[in-house]
Amino acid sequence: MSQADMAMHHPGGVMTEPAFAVPARKMAIWLFIIADAATFAACLVAYGFLRNGSPSWPTPFKFSPTVINAMVMTFILITSSLTMLLGVRAGKAGDRAAAFRFTVITAVAGIVFALLHLREWMGMIHEGVTLFHNPWGTALFGASFFSITGLHLTHVVGGVVALLVVGGRYKAGRMNADHLEVVGLYWHFVDLVWMFVVPFVYLLNVAR
Amino acid sequence: MTQAHGPADAAPATVHGHAPTGFIRKYVFSLDHKVIGIQYYFLALTAVCIGMILSLAMRIHMVWPDASIPFFGAIKPEQYLTLMTMHGTIMVFFVLTTAPQSGFGNYFLPIQIGAPDMAFPTLNMLSFWTTFLSFAVMISAFFVAGGAPLSGWTNYPTLSAIPMAGPGEGLGEDLWLISIALFCVASMMGALNFITTTLDLRAKGMTLMRMPLTCWSWFITAILGLLAFGVLLAGGILLLMDRNLGTSFFVPGGLVVSGVPVQHSGGSPLLWQHLFWFFGHPEVYIAILPGMGVASQLLSTFSRKPIFGYRAMVYAMMAIGILGFMVWGHHMFMSGMSPYSAFAFSFMTMAIGVPSAIKTFNWLGTMWKGKIRFTVPMLFAIGFVSLFVSGGLSGPFLAQPAIDIPLHDTYFVVAHFHLIMGVAAIFGIFAATYYWFPKMYGRMMNDALGKIHFVMTFVGAYCIFMPMHYLGMAGNPRRYSQFTEVKYLAPLIPIHKFITYAAIITVSAQLLFLFNFFWSMKKGKKAAQNPWEATTLEWTTATPPPHDNFGGVTPVVYHGAYEYSVPGAEKDYIMQTDPTPVPAH
Repeated sequence: MSQADMAMHHPGGVMTEPAFAVPARKMAIWLFIIADAATFAACLVAYGFLRNGSPSWPTPFKFSPTVINAMVMTFILITSSLTMLLGVRAGKAGDRAAAFRFTVITAVAGIVFALLHLREWMGMIHEGVTLFHNPWGTALFGASFFSITGLHLTHVVGGVVALLVVGGRYKAGRMNADHLEVVGLYWHFVDLVWMFVVPFVYLLNVAR
Repeated sequence: MTQAHGPADAAPATVHGHAPTGFIRKYVFSLDHKVIGIQYYFLALTAVCIGMILSLAMRIHMVWPDASIPFFGAIKPEQYLTLMTMHGTIMVFFVLTTAPQSGFGNYFLPIQIGAPDMAFPTLNMLSFWTTFLSFAVMISAFFVAGGAPLSGWTNYPTLSAIPMAGPGEGLGEDLWLISIALFCVASMMGALNFITTTLDLRAKGMTLMRMPLTCWSWFITAILGLLAFGVLLAGGILLLMDRNLGTSFFVPGGLVVSGVPVQHSGGSPLLWQHLFWFFGHPEVYIAILPGMGVASQLLSTFSRKPIFGYRAMVYAMMAIGILGFMVWGHHMFMSGMSPYSAFAFSFMTMAIGVPSAIKTFNWLGTMWKGKIRFTVPMLFAIGFVSLFVSGGLSGPFLAQPAIDIPLHDTYFVVAHFHLIMGVAAIFGIFAATYYWFPKMYGRMMNDALGKIHFVMTFVGAYCIFMPMHYLGMAGNPRRYSQFTEVKYLAPLIPIHKFITYAAIITVSAQLLFLFNFFWSMKKGKKAAQNPWEATTLEWTTATPPPHDNFGGVTPVVYHGAYEYSVPGAEKDYIMQTDPTPVPAH
């Protein structure tokens, strides 16, 4: 189709709204998620690369406590995604009190998740697992475990801070339900990443 | 001002009220995309001067190894590697990535699509100042103990992973990695802003397929940046951990450096190459795509003809962008990869030749039988096409493992990538500078000086880089500090001398450009509002454009960007904002 044909098909002024208009802030968080997903993907691919390249990759995780702990953490994080959804929905419906309450519950779930994670970290460090050493085999095991879960944990902590800040500003009337939705999208992304971390970093390394 | 969205979104983000009056808010921590664009441009201009001086020092050292060069003294081999590393890094990141995309893109993307500013002005400011900080950290690597790193702009481990592996591999290397990590963050913020702006802030009537090809190129480049820089960021952080926290992602076991066993084991240097080139190959398109956009725009404007195959141009850029993520392995044929993988990477790389050829064909088609105006920006746009073809033709050679393996570590590769991503992209920047200078500063750049600058740079670039193909085929290795002591290279020394002379002359010619740039800013001929008789929106606004770009008026767009020489029309160009219907043609 030539330029002129296009001009004929779209005489000026007829076009008003683009068909798939996404508000700028929401688009920005989606784009951030895409960029951040690339960073996580790079880390997970690096982990897979090194794991496959190591002749003796250790599989030390036992059902109790590691897998149970991971399942509890997963349950908490998924539940927090649900409370986030409920919060955004309440916000869209104009129920400010409920929206704020659910946002705080989500943040608290995030804090519990982080604490459980730190407790697990402390336990592993106590067992002698560090970035450059572990009792079971190749040193890369500890390095990749702490790097990937650490990157995720950083995102969780950042998310908790964001939830509390946005929640507080929302309660004070300086932000609206759209802001809650944006921070909620980020929170679901953090949850989604965990869905990749659990099978790759935990379940693949369960003792057989 | 924009398409109506939810009340709390999009619209308020771009409106930052009146123009600021204080110096700091107006020129330093400015939210205005035009000021930020100029800030990026001047950052790149500073960087390119430093990068150019480094390359000159290298060229002089190569042919006169004992010469004492002002500022550098007599260069030692490890210093040569430092110069090479910093030349590559500064040029790729702070010039080729910064000027065409962040500089001109920032200034002209919002104006060309009819927006008052970028979607997120504060984020825009933040991304500039993060880039600035990144640049400052990079330059500081010159001045720390041990000096700047020497592991090349590709920064391969194990050299880059072990602090005691070389003089610059201590603090200098850490600073390099920190600088690049900051640059990644800044680039991702910028990319996010560009994409949102393009999708959300187009004026009424500015459909995607009416956008100038410059906007398409900035948009596609932003998408590449968004996907690529996150991977380099991950690699950079892992390498920083290897260096400072004792991990071994990139360091294999059993290494002994300077007689000392290295306390690392299990890692893989190849992992870095994968992560780096997954970023690195899209990065070369990040450097060249905006140049393609500018060349398309200028060839059409100055041939007074519509761009040949507008849609094909858009789809070709998309294809280049997508294929760009599938070919990183062709940088690693030397690593001993499986021939099956090498074949796949080779095939995908060859496939990039198709959209590239489509673009070249369309550029020539655009000029064919046009009423060509040989202005300075047009000359540089034609020069871009020439260099793109010359640099591109060696691509299909290097894409084949059987040819790449003997040529990879020679000057053939130096010639290839300098022509296509170095000089061609620089010609895109020059074309854009001469073209948009009248809009940015309200004055024309001097025409005669511009033409002399073009001829000297164009001939000079060919004199520098064409003989390097021959050097490469003759077996001259790259990344070596000197060749005068090597017997089998002795017959090649005259060619090296020729290249060095050409480099000195070509670099000197850039002083003409700098003089022209700053002199014209104050003393140039006053520019009309639309001196090139172009159709796009930036030529409908005052010169220089007011704070909100269109002086409170909201532009409405009725045509595509390339309505030149329309039969039956009054003039030989129809502005995008001209409401009169285009006669059928």
